[in-house]
Amino acid sequence: MLALVAAFAIRVLLGDYTFTVPDFFRILFGEQLPVSTFILMESKLPRAVLAVLVGLALGSAGSLFQMLLRNPLASPDIVGVSLGASAAGIFALLTLGLRDGAVSAFAVVGAVVVSAVVRWVAGTTGGYRLVLTGVGVAAAMVSVVQYLLARSNTWDVQLALRWLVGSLNNVPWSTIGLLAVSLAVLLPTLAVMSRSLEVLELGDEAAAGLGVGRHRTDALLLVGVLLTAVAVAAAGPVAFVAFMSGPIARALMGGRHSLLAGALVGAVLVLLADYAAAYLVPGVVLPVGIVTGAVGGPFLLWLLARGAATGRTG
Amino acid sequence: MNHPDIEPSHRLLAQDLTLGYGERRVVHEVSVAIPDGKVTVVVGPNACGKSTLLKGLARLVRPQGGVVLLDGEAIHRRPTKEVAKVLGLLPQNPIAPEGVVVADLVGRGRHPHQGVFTRWTAEDRAAVEEAMVLTDTFELADRAVDELSGGQRQRVWIAMALAQGTDLLLLDEPTTYLDVAHQVEMLDLLVELNARRGTTIVMVLHDLNLSARYADHLVALHDGRVVAEGTPVEVVTEDVVRTVFGLDNRVIEDPVSHTPLVLPVGRHVPHAHLQENR
Repeated sequence: MLALVAAFAIRVLLGDYTFTVPDFFRILFGEQLPVSTFILMESKLPRAVLAVLVGLALGSAGSLFQMLLRNPLASPDIVGVSLGASAAGIFALLTLGLRDGAVSAFAVVGAVVVSAVVRWVAGTTGGYRLVLTGVGVAAAMVSVVQYLLARSNTWDVQLALRWLVGSLNNVPWSTIGLLAVSLAVLLPTLAVMSRSLEVLELGDEAAAGLGVGRHRTDALLLVGVLLTAVAVAAAGPVAFVAFMSGPIARALMGGRHSLLAGALVGAVLVLLADYAAAYLVPGVVLPVGIVTGAVGGPFLLWLLARGAATGRTG
Repeated sequence: MNHPDIEPSHRLLAQDLTLGYGERRVVHEVSVAIPDGKVTVVVGPNACGKSTLLKGLARLVRPQGGVVLLDGEAIHRRPTKEVAKVLGLLPQNPIAPEGVVVADLVGRGRHPHQGVFTRWTAEDRAAVEEAMVLTDTFELADRAVDELSGGQRQRVWIAMALAQGTDLLLLDEPTTYLDVAHQVEMLDLLVELNARRGTTIVMVLHDLNLSARYADHLVALHDGRVVAEGTPVEVVTEDVVRTVFGLDNRVIEDPVSHTPLVLPVGRHVPHAHLQENR
């Protein structure tokens, strides 16, 4: 939590245009300072707020999937949920010619449909099959995306790019507000439902014995899918945040799983990655997804190598 | 519902129960009544459907035919959380989440008694403490479950099932992976619970001789059908063991418990030549 406040402060106050803490609050409460007000309210603050929201959503969704399916690889960005949202978004944008809200709605529906397909094909046999099916479906989604891009003109591809690489650039306050409202509904829902997660962790049979049936697993997965989908609709598929948050949170918590810790780690990750993306290469503001992707790839390899060494993972 | 052929005292019973997975039928039209306040053990060879029958009794497998009645009502039609206040199940391979400590795991057994917004009550705390004392796991409360020995871990799972505070407790092979000393310890514990709390216990066991020793009521299954049912003396006979397990055998009296003791007769009698030489 402290780390989150610190990272938020770094992102907002420091960088190529620094603010002092009193200035920050003066601007926030409506005082107009030349240049400063514009940069804070139209550039730095929206990015930082969006980073926190996207991070919370992806971090909690990823930790939820990993706990529920008892597999560190079973995060929404690996089993095709994010890519389902991307593919549906790009389809709406390029083929149907839709814009803005309609595209986002398509992305959310796309994520739900793709997840339902993965869940249906994998059956009730558990996490391992679901991961394999999900990776397969994710690959199929990539080919859909590439087909759509190949058929479209250059101008549209620029628009579509944000659905391929997660980015916090130029996202309007209205979109951020919509994401905040979605999370204000989804995160408390998740918190209430997370009590049965404690029981589902013990295995399907033990959970059923304690009065928590399989439909509860599906309901929780749906909440995770929606969290992922609204984050992707706002900022695109910020690579590997969902996947990395859970294991990092667990390491910080001394080996215990925790949804809250996963969500907070997700927010810190996106904030720091965006800070790096903005200032790593002078003069170029990279999309945040490039940074998380660059960090996430090696992280995946490390997790696999460690799993092979200790005989765990899956 | 009226079931004149069944004593009203039986809280849990199966009638013409048929269970299976998809097309594959595993249990065929089984009718069993579980005696209240007693220890019932289901025995049979591998893949005879005993585990499936137990899951069916615990509403984990939906019947393809027949019905399971709990307190006179079809168990599958009752809200699953309500059932969980009366009937507990310890599956064969429950999963201990990584890093979870004993007290936390045992506490999860209270889930059916907690609402969405009601948190930990004094009653929950008392139930968890009592379960840990009864299973001799109280000193382990702050230990991580994955660091415990097999016998300790199994006692922790039993404690979780006890914390659930149900009148009926179903256990699927609670002695697997335990050595013989721990098997006996585990069964002693369960029988003591039955005597002290009057908990009705139904369990699937592999070992026929331990089953005969600890059961009040035995159900022998073969090929998804009940072959014999009754007291150990009635069920564990040479004929029944031959039919159920396809094993040539002798049954004698167990010198320790005076229950039936099965001695298998294999094709080889080792050391026969030693006896001839004497």
